[in-house]
Amino acid sequence: MSTYTFIDFEAIRKLFIKRILISSIITLVLATLIMARFFDLQVTRHQDFVTQSDNNRLHVRPVSPTRGLIYDKNGKLLADNRSTYNLTVVTERSKDLDKLLADLSELIHISENDVNEFKKRVDRRRPYENTTLKYDLTEQDRSILAVNSFRLPGAEVSARLTRYYPMEHMFAHALGYVGRINEEEMQVIDPLKYSGTDSIGRIGVEKQYENYLLGQVGSEHVETNARGRVMRLVSKTDPQPGQNLTLHLDSNLQKIAYDALKSYRSALVAIDINSGGILAMVSTPSYNPNAFVSGVGISHYADLVNSADRPLFNRALRGQYPPGSTIKPMLGLIALSEEIVTAEQTIDDSGYFYLDGVLRPWRDHNAKKGGHGANVNLARAIVESCDVYFYNMSTQMDIDLLASKSKLFSLGEKTNIDIPGERAGIMPDRNWKKNQLGEAWFDGDTVNASIGQGFMLATPIQLAVMTARLASNGKMISPRLLRDIDGVPTEPKNDASNILEIDTLHWDYVHQAMQDVIHSPTGTANKISRGLSYKMAGKTGTAQVVSIDADVEYDKTKINERQWDHALFIAFAPAENPQIAVALVVENGGHGSVTAAPIVRKIIDEFMGTAANESVALR
Amino acid sequence: MQEGDFVRRIQSLGVSSDTRKILALDYGLISILISLCSVGVLIIFSATGQDSFFVKRQASFMVIGFCLMCAMAQVPPRVWERWAPVLYAIGILLLGLVLSFGVEANGAKRWLDLGFIRLQPSELMKVILPLMISSYISRSAIPPNFKTIFVSLTLILLPVFLVINQPDLGTALLISVSGLIVLFLSGIGRFYIISGLILATAAIPSFWLFVMRDYQKQRVLTMFNPEADKLGSGWNIIQSTTAIGSGGWHGKGWTHGTQSQLNFLPESHTDFIIAVLAEEFGLVGVITLLCLFLILVGRCISISMNSESMFGRLLAASIGFTVFVFVLVNLAMVSGVLPVVGAPLPFVSYGGTAIVTLFAGFGILMSISKDSEVTRRKN
Repeated sequence: MSTYTFIDFEAIRKLFIKRILISSIITLVLATLIMARFFDLQVTRHQDFVTQSDNNRLHVRPVSPTRGLIYDKNGKLLADNRSTYNLTVVTERSKDLDKLLADLSELIHISENDVNEFKKRVDRRRPYENTTLKYDLTEQDRSILAVNSFRLPGAEVSARLTRYYPMEHMFAHALGYVGRINEEEMQVIDPLKYSGTDSIGRIGVEKQYENYLLGQVGSEHVETNARGRVMRLVSKTDPQPGQNLTLHLDSNLQKIAYDALKSYRSALVAIDINSGGILAMVSTPSYNPNAFVSGVGISHYADLVNSADRPLFNRALRGQYPPGSTIKPMLGLIALSEEIVTAEQTIDDSGYFYLDGVLRPWRDHNAKKGGHGANVNLARAIVESCDVYFYNMSTQMDIDLLASKSKLFSLGEKTNIDIPGERAGIMPDRNWKKNQLGEAWFDGDTVNASIGQGFMLATPIQLAVMTARLASNGKMISPRLLRDIDGVPTEPKNDASNILEIDTLHWDYVHQAMQDVIHSPTGTANKISRGLSYKMAGKTGTAQVVSIDADVEYDKTKINERQWDHALFIAFAPAENPQIAVALVVENGGHGSVTAAPIVRKIIDEFMGTAANESVALR
Repeated sequence: MQEGDFVRRIQSLGVSSDTRKILALDYGLISILISLCSVGVLIIFSATGQDSFFVKRQASFMVIGFCLMCAMAQVPPRVWERWAPVLYAIGILLLGLVLSFGVEANGAKRWLDLGFIRLQPSELMKVILPLMISSYISRSAIPPNFKTIFVSLTLILLPVFLVINQPDLGTALLISVSGLIVLFLSGIGRFYIISGLILATAAIPSFWLFVMRDYQKQRVLTMFNPEADKLGSGWNIIQSTTAIGSGGWHGKGWTHGTQSQLNFLPESHTDFIIAVLAEEFGLVGVITLLCLFLILVGRCISISMNSESMFGRLLAASIGFTVFVFVLVNLAMVSGVLPVVGAPLPFVSYGGTAIVTLFAGFGILMSISKDSEVTRRKN
C-alpha cells in the first residue's frame, strides 16, 4: 500500500465513503419498506389476522344433550340412557387417515362396514368434529387403545350416552327405538339440532316425540393446538336435556300380555276408557330394540326381516284382520238405533241362510248342525254369536249407512293414535268397491260384512277403540300413549262429546248382551267367567283365513297351521261402569273363546285388582 | 463519540492502557450483541413452549461464541488478513465434505456430524467469504481492475456452487451477497455494476429452468398465492403472517402468542422466530429489534470509517451490511414478501454454528476496531 501516492489514497477513501453512503441509504430504504410491510400486517390488517388466529385455535364443539327418559304410568323406566364407549376420530388431527385406520384395525377388530359407515359420516361432518368409527367398545378394546394412544393421533375413546331399553322385547312395538341417523334422515333434519347427536327416533314413541326427547344441543368453545388437540376449555353452553315422557302404558299389564302372547303371532291393545290412554300394546313376536341403537348387524337384521313370523311388523297398528263376530254388538246397536230390528224380533236359525238368486247358502259358523234353533233375538244372536240372525238383518241394511255408522266406531278410519305407522283397515261400501275393484255392490257382500268377513278388515287398535266407544255409550275416545311431559299432563284429545245419539235403552241392551257373552251359560266366552269377581262384557270372534265351502266342516287337523282361523276377543269391564277396553287378535289361534278370551281376562283381572287396591288405598 | 467516552472512563478507573490493549474489546459492540442475544434467548424460551433445553443449548453456544469473539479480537487484523485464504480453503473443504459425508435432513445435506457437534459449514462461509474477498481485494489494485473482479467472482461462485448443490439455494444467495457487498464497497466501476445487474436479470430464466428444483419453484409460486395450498406449502406463510398480524401494536404478551404456543407457527424458534416476537411483542417489539440491528450496522460503519487499512474498512462495513441483509431477507421471508428460504435471523434464531460464526466475525471486527484506535493513538 505504501507504493500508492497520497492523492490516490484520498480518492479511494472518497469513493469508499460514497459507496458506504449508497449502501446505507439502500439499507434504510429497505428497512423502511420492511417496516411498512409489518405495519400493514400488524396495524392496518390487524383485525383480520386476529380473526384468523382465533379461527385457527378456537373451535366450537357440540355437546350432546341427554335424551329424555320414558316411563310407564307407574314410574317404571322404559327407555334409559347408559354410558358406552365409542372409538372416534378427528380427521384433521391425523396426518395420514389411511395409516391411522390401518393401525387401528391391527389393534382391535374394525369391520369393513365400520370403515364404510365412518367414511360416509366423515363426509357430512363439520371440521374438527369427532366422527365415530366403532361403537360400543369392549373393556379390552378400550385398554388396548389406551396403551397405544400415543401413536394414534386423532383417535380417541369417547364416552357417550346411548339409548337402552331395559324391558327389551316387551315394549318394542310401542316405544320403537332410536337408530343412527342415516342418509335420508340427514336430508330432513336440522343439522344444527343434531350436531351433537348421532341417533334419532326411528319408530314408535321415540319417533313421534323426537322433538321433546332430543333436547337442545350445547356447545363448548375449545382452544386447540395445530394438531387439533384440545388445550383448554374457553367457554361452554350447557346442553338442555330432552324432556322425560310418562306414558299411559302399565308395565304390569304389558308384561302379563306379553308373556301370555309371546309364543303366538298376535296383537293386544288395552285402553283406559276414561282417558283414552293405551294401557297395554303388545305385538308378538317382538324384537330387542337395543340391537338397533348403535346399528343393527346386517345378518341380524336380515334374520328379523326374513322371519316368516315378521317380528318387526307391528300387528297392533298395522295388522289388518277380518273382525269377524266382534263387530256384532256394534252392528246390533246400529240396527236398533236405525230401527232395522227391534229387541223383540226373532228368527228361526236352521244353520243356513239363503239369499235370493244365490245358489250356495251361507253357513252359521258358530252352531252345531241344525243352527241355533227357534226364537233367536238380537241379544241371543250376540250371546251365542248367531250368524244367521245377522245374515237376515243384513238384507234390511244399506251398506252405505252401515259403513258410515261403523266409521264412527273407528272401523275403516285411522284411530289417530299418537305413534306413526297406523293402517286404516277397510270398511267397505259401494264407492269403495267401485273404486277398488271396479265392481258393483252385491247383497251378498252385505251378508259377508254382517259377520265381519268379506272385504272388511280392522286393526287391533281399531277394535280396541271400537270396544271403548261401545263401552262408554259412544264417547269420542281417542287412543293415546303419552300422558305427561316432564310431569305436566298433556292435553287429552278426548272430547266428551258422543259420537252418535243413541237411546240409552239400546246401549244397555247391547251391554247386557255382551255381559251375557261371558256370564250367561250359553255365552260363547262363558268359560272365562269362572271365579270372576266383577262383571265383564265381551264378544268373541273368529276370522276365516281361507274360505271354506259351506258344506265342508272346518277341521283344524286337515289344514296348514297358517291357514287356521284367527282368534279374536274384545272386552270391557266392569260391565256396569266400564274402565278398561281390550281387543286381542291371535293369528291362527282358532276360536276366540278358546285362545283369546282367557288372556284378555288375565289382563282385566290385573287391571281390576290394581284398581281395587287403589280404591282401597284411597279410602 | 460515546465509545471513546466509555473507554476513557474505563481508563480513568485506573485500567492501564497496556491492560486495555491486551483486552482489546469494543464494549459498545458487545452491549448491542448481548442485547440481541438476550432477545433471542427470550423468544426461543417462549417459542419452544418454555422448554429450557433449547435455551440452555443456545446460551452455551452464545458463551462459546462470545469467548471466541474476545479471543479473536486480540489477534491483530493483519494476521486475519494473511490467514484468510487458509480459512477460505478450510471452508471450501468443509463444504466439499458436506456434499459427500453430510447429514441429510429434509432432503438436503447441510450438516457435518462431528460426533460431539453438528457443524453447518454454509453458515461459516457467510463470514469467511467477506473475509476472503476483503483480504484479496485489499492486496490488489484499488479500485479493483478486471482481473481482481474476475478472481473475486470466482472466489464467490465456488462456495455458492457447492451450497446450491446441497441444495440450499437461499443460503447460497446470501453467501454470494456477502461477497458481492465487499466488491461493491471496494469501489468497482459503475460499468461492472450495471452489466452485472443486467447479466443477473438475464440469467433469471435459465436459473429458473436449469438450477432451481421443483420444490424451490413451488416456494416462489407459493409466495404469490399462499392460499392455493393452505395446508401444504402455503401453511408456513399463512401461519406466520397470521402470527405477525394478530400481534398488533403491542403483541399478545410474552409466552401468550397463540400461534406460536399452540404450534400453528412452524420453525418458530429458528427461521420464523421474528413471527413469535411480532406476535408476542407487537410492532413495537419488531421496531425495537430492527433499531438494534440498525445501531449494529451503524457501529460497523463507524469502525470501518475509523479503520486505517483497506482490509479493515472493507471487512467491517461488509460484515455490517451483510448481517443487515440477512435480517432483511429473514423479515421479508417471514412476512411473506420473499419466498421461504432457509435464512435465520442473526443472533436471535436458534442455531449453534450461526451464532458462533457471527461472534467470530465480530471478533475480527473488534480486532479492526481496536487496531485502528491503537494506530490513531500512536499517531
